[in-house]
Amino acid sequence: MGIERSEIEKLATLSRIAIDEGTISDVARRLDSVLQLVDQLQAADTTGIDTMAHPMQAIQRLRDDRVSELNQRDALQAIAPAVEDGLFLVPKVIE
Amino acid sequence: MSHRGWETVIGLEVHVQLATKTKIFSGASTAFGAEPNTQACAIDLAMPGTLPVLNKQAVNYAIMFGLAIDAEIARESAFERKNYFYPDLPKGYQTTQLEKPIVGRGNVEIQLADGSKKSIRIHHAHLEEDAGKSLHEGNFSSNFSGIDLNRAGTPLIEIVSEPDMRNAEEAVAFAKKLHSIVTSIGICDGEMSQGSMRFDVNVSVRPHGTTELGTRTETKNLNSFKFMEEAIAREVERQIDLIEDGGKVIQETRLYNGDTKVARSMRSKEEANDYRYFPCPDLLPVIVSEETIAELRRTLPELPDARQARFVAQYELSDYDAGILSSDAATAHYFETVVSHSNNAKLTANWIMGELSARLNSQDLSVAKSPVSAEQLAGLIARISDSSISGKMAKDVFDGMWAGQGSADDIIEARGLKQVSDSGALEKIVADVLAANPAMVEDYINSDESKRGKKLGGFMGKIMQASKGQANPQQVNQLLLQKLNTLL
Repeated sequence: MGIERSEIEKLATLSRIAIDEGTISDVARRLDSVLQLVDQLQAADTTGIDTMAHPMQAIQRLRDDRVSELNQRDALQAIAPAVEDGLFLVPKVIE
Repeated sequence: MSHRGWETVIGLEVHVQLATKTKIFSGASTAFGAEPNTQACAIDLAMPGTLPVLNKQAVNYAIMFGLAIDAEIARESAFERKNYFYPDLPKGYQTTQLEKPIVGRGNVEIQLADGSKKSIRIHHAHLEEDAGKSLHEGNFSSNFSGIDLNRAGTPLIEIVSEPDMRNAEEAVAFAKKLHSIVTSIGICDGEMSQGSMRFDVNVSVRPHGTTELGTRTETKNLNSFKFMEEAIAREVERQIDLIEDGGKVIQETRLYNGDTKVARSMRSKEEANDYRYFPCPDLLPVIVSEETIAELRRTLPELPDARQARFVAQYELSDYDAGILSSDAATAHYFETVVSHSNNAKLTANWIMGELSARLNSQDLSVAKSPVSAEQLAGLIARISDSSISGKMAKDVFDGMWAGQGSADDIIEARGLKQVSDSGALEKIVADVLAANPAMVEDYINSDESKRGKKLGGFMGKIMQASKGQANPQQVNQLLLQKLNTLL
C-alpha cells in the first residue's frame, strides 16, 4: 500500500508545512516505511487489552486551584512581531 | 411532532466554562474582564519548554456534573490533542478528551410547557481548554486581527447530548435545565452574556414517520436561549424548503447572528474536520479514586429538581411557581432570603416572578445584580403583609428602592405613604364623606338590596380621595358597610 501524492499534499496543508515538488516522492517513500511499521504493529493481537493512554506507569498529578502566574505581558510581548493595546497582532483572520 | 410533514431532530453540544480561579493547565487567573493578555502566562502562550499541570478543581467540577446527571464517572480518563491552526490557539492544538472522557452516559430530565416530562440522554461530557479571542476591529490596521489570550486555557466541560430533541422548545428546555444544574451545583457562574455557556446545535429533518436521520448542520456558538430558539426555527425552515425544492442539505457548520437575525454558512473548509487526534504525551492518565467520588457525592449541593420539590413542600408553592423559583440557583437563594425575613412565601413568590423579574429582564440584569436586595424586598413585603401600605403604594415604594432611595420603611416614611389603618381616623373620614354627600346616601338607602353593592364604589372613591389614597381599603369597606347599615 503506497501513500498517494495527493495524501502527502493534504497532510502538508493540514500541518502548514511547505513541501516542494521535488521532495514529495522522497517524503512519500519515508512515510511509507513508517506506515509499514504501523502495519506490523497492527498485526499484533490486542484482544482484551485496554488502550494505553501513556507509556509511563504513572498518573497525573493535580494542581491546587490557586493563582500562581502573575501578569508578565510586557516581557512576553517583547518577542512578538506586532502588538497594539496589549493585543497580539496577526494577519487578518475572518471566517 | 410534525411540522409541514417533517420531523426535526436536534442534538446539542454545550460548552460550560468552569468557575475555577485558574486555568485548566496553568496558574493564570480566569477572572473575567481583565486587560488583554494580562492573564495569559507562558503555558497559555505555548512557550517552548512549558508543561501543563492539571487543575484539581476542574476535575472535581466535571465529576460533580457527572454525579448531578447520574452519569458514569470514568475512574481513568485521558487527554488528547485536537490539531488545527488558528491564531487564538497558540499551541496549534486544543487539549481535550476523546476516547476516554471523564463523564460517561447520563440523563437530564426536562419539563415542557404542557407539564409533560422527557428524558434527554447525555452521550458523554469531557474536559477541555477554551481558546483565546480574535478581535477584528480596534486601534490597529484593518489588515490585522488582534488576539487576546486571557481566555486561552479556561477550563470547559463540553456536554454532548444524544439527538433526542424534536423541536426548539425541547432544545431550549434542555439548555435551560443544564444552566440550572451547573449553576445550582456551583461549577459555572451561568453568565451567558460573558460566554460562560455556549451552545452548538445540530439540526436535521426527516419525513414524519421515518427513522433514518437526515443530513445535519451544526450552528455554532449560540450564547442565548432566545438566539438558540430563533436559529433552530430558521434552520428547520431552510432545510425543509431546500429539500422540498429538490435540493440536498449539505453537512456544514453555520453561524447565526442574533442581532441581525442572519444565518450563514461558515466558509466551507473541506479539511477542517481532520483534527488528527492523538493522546497528549504531556499529560498522564487521570485517575479518580472512589474516595474522591464519594466525597463529592456527599457534598454535592441541592439539585434543581430536589429544590423544586422542597419549595412545594416547605413553602406550599404551586409546582409551577416552585419550578420557576428553583430553576436558577441565584433566584432560589434570593427567594429563600426574602422568605426568611418576610415569612410570606406566596406574596414573595408573586413579587419575584412579577415586578422584580420584569424589571430585571427589561434591563437585562441577572438576579445576582438586582438593585433591590433580598432584604429590601423582604422589608417591602412585610409592610404589605401588615397592611401598612396598599398594593398600589407598594409598586411606588418598589420604584423608589429600584432607584436606590433606601429601604421600604425609609421610602414610606419620606413620602408619607403610610396606609391609614387607625380605625378612629378612618371612621372620621367615612363619617365626613357620608355627611358631605347626603344625596348619595339617600340613593343608597332607597336602592334595592341587590344593587347596593355596586353603589359602594362611589363612596370608596371619595373616601380614598379624602385620605389621599392612604386609607386601608379593606377596613374602609367594613366601616362603610357598618355605617350605612345603621341608616337603613
